[in-house]
Parts: sequence; C-alpha cells; structure tokens
Amino acid sequence: MLKIKDLYVSVEGMEILKGINLEVKPGEIHAIMGPNGSGKSTLASVLAGKEEYEVTSGEVIYEGEDLLDESPEDRAKKGLFLSFQYPVEIPGVPMVNFLKSALNEHRKYNGEKELTAGEFLKLMREKMDLVDMHPNLTNRSVNEGFSGGEKKKNEIFQMALLEPKLAILDETDSGLDIDALKTVANGVNALRSPERSAIVVTHYQRLLDYIVPDFVHILYKGKIVKTAGKELALELEEKGYDWIKTEIAG
Amino acid sequence: MSVLLDHADLSLKYTAHYNEVKDDLFNGSSDILNAKRNKAFQDFVAQGIPTRKSENYKYTNLHPSFTPEFQFLHAKQEKETDAEEVFRCDVPNLNTNLAFLLNGWFKQDKDFDLPEGVVFGSLDVISKEKPELLKAYGTLAETNEDPMVALNTAFAKDGFVLYVPKGVVVENPIQIINILQNDVDSYSTQRNFIYIEEGAKAQVLLCDHTLNQNHYLTNSVTEIFVGDNAEMEFYTLQNQHNKATNLNSVFVKQGRDSRATTHTATLHGGLIRNNLQFILDGENAEANMFGMAFMDRKQHVDNFTQVIHAKPHCLSNQLYKNVMDDQSSGAFSGRIHVVRDAQKTNAFQRNNNILLTDEATMQTKPQLIIDADDVKCSHGATVGQIDEEALFYLRARGIDANKARLMMMNAFTHEVVNEIKLEPLRDRIDELVDKRLKGELARCHDCDYQCDC
Repeated sequence: MLKIKDLYVSVEGMEILKGINLEVKPGEIHAIMGPNGSGKSTLASVLAGKEEYEVTSGEVIYEGEDLLDESPEDRAKKGLFLSFQYPVEIPGVPMVNFLKSALNEHRKYNGEKELTAGEFLKLMREKMDLVDMHPNLTNRSVNEGFSGGEKKKNEIFQMALLEPKLAILDETDSGLDIDALKTVANGVNALRSPERSAIVVTHYQRLLDYIVPDFVHILYKGKIVKTAGKELALELEEKGYDWIKTEIAG
Repeated sequence: MSVLLDHADLSLKYTAHYNEVKDDLFNGSSDILNAKRNKAFQDFVAQGIPTRKSENYKYTNLHPSFTPEFQFLHAKQEKETDAEEVFRCDVPNLNTNLAFLLNGWFKQDKDFDLPEGVVFGSLDVISKEKPELLKAYGTLAETNEDPMVALNTAFAKDGFVLYVPKGVVVENPIQIINILQNDVDSYSTQRNFIYIEEGAKAQVLLCDHTLNQNHYLTNSVTEIFVGDNAEMEFYTLQNQHNKATNLNSVFVKQGRDSRATTHTATLHGGLIRNNLQFILDGENAEANMFGMAFMDRKQHVDNFTQVIHAKPHCLSNQLYKNVMDDQSSGAFSGRIHVVRDAQKTNAFQRNNNILLTDEATMQTKPQLIIDADDVKCSHGATVGQIDEEALFYLRARGIDANKARLMMMNAFTHEVVNEIKLEPLRDRIDELVDKRLKGELARCHDCDYQCDC
C-alpha cells in the first residue's frame, strides 16, 4: 500500500528526515515511536502533503503511484488521512459545511453520487455516536472553542466519516484522559479491516494497549533505528529511550 | 505642467461649470435646496477637489475620477429602467417598497404600501410640496468640511426623501435601486434625506448599479435623522463597474435611546469612497457600522468613518472587513471622538483585512480623540493573508485549494454578513458574496469576466 524509500526531508534548510525506509501493507498497523524532535510529525506531514517540507531525495509510492507529486487534496481523496497533532481552528467555516464538502469531494472522486443534506446528516449522526461526540459541536465552526480532547475526537470522527485506506495518526493520544483515549482507540479499531492500514505516531505505549500494532518502529534523529513487534513498545515504556541511544552510539 | 496645476485646473473646470448651469440649477428647484446652493458653492471653491495632501483624502486620489469630460445630469431623466436590472437587485422573499434613482432622479413604477403619514418620494417634489418635513435639510452635511459634500449641495436637484412620523413602524423595507445609465461619460448627483421621528422604525436598502460601460461619477449625500427611541437600519449594496466612481457620504444623527445601523457591502466599483459620520446626540443611543468590501484589479475602496459621542452612556460599534485581490487598494480611517462629559461611553472599532496578493495594499488608520475620563474605547486593525495552516487542514480533507480558499474568505466576511438583520437580504448578500468570491458575479453587465472595464 505504502512504500517509503530512502526519504530525505528538509525544513528551511535543516535536514529532518535522513533516509526513511518503511513499507505498510494492507491491513497492517504500524506504530512509530521516538523521542521529541526525532522527525515523527515531519514524516506524518510530508505524507499528507504539507508544502513547507522539502523532499530532497527518495520516494514515496502509494498504491503503486508516486505520492509526492500529488496535491494534499488528491492524496486525501485517494484514501490517505492525517489526524492532526494540532487540529486548526477555522472560525466562520461551519463544521457541517466543511464535513459535507469533504465527504462529497471524496464521493465525487470515487464516482459516487453526492449526498443530499438529509442523507449527510443521518450519516454524520451515526459517525458521531461512534466517537461519542457531543451533537452541539457540529453546530460550531471547525474546531472553534473545542477542548483539546474534543479536537482529537473530531479528528477521529472525520476519519470515520471519510473511511480512509491509510490513516496516519499524529500523536492523536497526547493530552487525552483514559476515557477519551479508549473512545479514540475504539474509533480507530472500528475502521480496521484487511484493506485498511494505519500509521500510529505516538510518544506513549499507552495507546498501543488499545490499538495493537503489527510493527513498532523507533525513529531517532531522522532515521528508523529499530523495528520490532508490539513488544518493543512495552520495552520502551519500561526503559525509556536512553538504551536505544546507547545502543546506536555503541 | 505639474500635477498640482492640473488639479487646480480641474477644480476651476467645476467652478466654471457651476456658473454656466447656475440658472438651470436654481430654476424649478425648491427654496429649501436653493437656499444652500450658493454658500455650498463658495465652500467648494474655497476647498477645491481634494488632493492627497488633504488629511481626509490622504489615501484616495480623486484626480483621475474627475478628469473625464462628463455630461452633467442636472435635468430630470425620463429613460425607461431595464426590467432585468430590477431583477438583479431583487431580494427573493423580501417585500419592499421599491423606487429607483435613475442617474440621481427619483422614479417610481409601483404604488407603495406604506403606513399612514409616511412620506417616501422625490426630494425635488417633496421639498416643494411639503417643505415643513425638510427643515433639517443641510444641517448635518456641513459644506465647509468636505468639498465633495459642498459640490453635492451646490448641484443637488433630486434624490429620495423618507419621512416616518412619530411611533410609526414601516414593516416592509424601503428599497431604492440606484441606476446609472447614459450613452456618454456622466456625472450625477443625488441628495437623500431620511427623517425618522420619535419611536418610529424603518429599514432602507440602497442598491447601486451601473448599466453601461461609460465613466460615471456619482456624488451622493444622505442625511439621516433618527429621533428619540427610534430605530433605523440602512443597508447599502455597491455593485458598479471599474469605470465608476462612487463618492458616498452618509450623515446620521441620533436622539436618546435610539438605535441606528449602517451596513455597506461593496462588491464592485472602480473607486469607492464611503464617508460615514455618526453623531450620538442623546443618552443611551446605539450606533452600529458594518462594512465589507471585495476588491480586485485596480479597484479602490476607502471607508472613512467618524463617530462623535456627544452625550453620555452611548454605544458605538464598528466592524469593517476587506478582501483585497490583484492590485487593488483600500483604506479604512475610523475616528472616534468622545466629547467632554460624554461619560460612560462605549466605543469599539475593528478593521480586518486580507491581502490575497503581494501587490494589493491596505491602509488602516484608527484615531481616538477622547475628552472624557470615564469611557471604554477599543480599536483593532489587522492586515494579513489567508491562514495557510487552515488552508492545509481543509485540503488535507479532500477540499481542493480554490474551494478551500473560498471557504476561508467566506468565513472571514461571514461575521459581517451575519450582522444583517433582514434575513432574506442576508441570504441574498451571502449568495452574492459567494458568487463574487468565485468570480461568477459579472464584473460588469455587458462584458464577460475578462473585459477590462
């Protein structure tokens, strides 16, 4: 589904990713862990198409096509979804308009009929229940006045609505209490299928108790320095990142 | 020859013209209009057409607007109005009392449905037939402070009058479609007068249009008196073309416990100058001034507001937003003057602007003059670009870049649109703004999107 080959990325002349290699097959969940500043969020943003990141070399193949040439909107319509670490507040853009536009853009792309307002609202309510979102939130502007937890739930709610093939969760768990964490994890798990994949970027092992990954990668100074199964997350939780640093230094 | 000399010549041209047509201006006009004419003309001569050296016109160069060889439309216009234009100004689901100003001259096609005692009609006619209603004519629009007001008063022949007697509520809004239509470059004057007596209420909707591709200069002055405990909403929709100059001065004076709102939506126009002056002349009066403009090409908009808090316990609130594209330019100058003893004043002002290109420019200048010591005043101004983070967020959900930008621009001005209390009008303006932002609203009527007029 996704193949990242020897990817180098710079921001404002500073090299952040220094040769990333990663393959995600359909149905797999990959966790990417690592200390602050290791490049986790950069990787997530580059995949979603954020423009200020400059890919200096390497390639990313998504479903057999070069992903890096695509605009962010085309990536989204092809089934790639980024759950933002810091969802943006957009005063004046009503949630409902935003969601309906987004969904209908996806449907148009897939050759499906656009949903009417009624059909859309029905679907929206269904998906809101899934992440236990307060109905009032959709009467507001996008993310406006949402608490930290509500913003994260809103990301998962959008994911449930758009049903992506590849979801990238950028620290969706940070700042969540345990109940919200479970809700978010349930939302992700509800979407699991043999065709859908996810990349879960996180600091904490906690989330991986609920979203069980097939692989855990450790990103450190712009490179994946270790890959193992879910047990690696537990090991990290126990020992911290220092032993990895020592291991690399050694 | 220097530009300055040119400019003096230009003023002289208007002086000569006045002397030439003086008899026509006086003949057939009411005493009320004529009484102000000569003094106004002298005030114009003393000041001349403003240059950018004049503090009040610092950001607007009127010289090119006054340069064309205009035909002056001082005589009554008998042309037919284009039915299609009426349709363009139509606000679905809104019943209005509709009249036209054709090149500044009042024209009525249908009967009005107005409560007893309400007078709505031509300034020319009413100032002769009911002069007692116009005692306050020319008392707000001072001719020695703005040469454009002086020129308007010197040339004034017609426009509309609305008079609402004490305690009367006009349910259906008054709508005036202001049409410019002539075969040659034209200068038109319109003079309007609104008097809302104590406890009365009215809503006025003014819609500016140009019909053909000539240079137009409109110099309009509207005086609005809002009595004690009266309520007034005044909406202006400006939708002209790139060769049209619109000099629009509105003066409002409010009594105790009154409420007045102006809302100016500028969709198109070559050069637009909106002078707006409020005098809060009774305790507990509330004034709201809203404005938004969408400019592109080399269009220019200048909103110049002055609020005078003359009595204690009043509230004024200003919100202006502009979206500037291409090489367009804009200015907002907002002066709040709290006079001595106007204690417990609340005065707020905000001006937010988005520049869509590097070439678009915006000047914003708040000015507070506070001579009382127990007041609450605030002002804020921003000039910025579209929030790229937000744009990316929308795109990352599959919304294409153009549509996402559109959503952002709509969101930006929505705050102003939302202040329109007449719901059908709000829906209509929402739709017009959306079309304007998409580039679907014809920039001018006879040519397509690409034309350069």
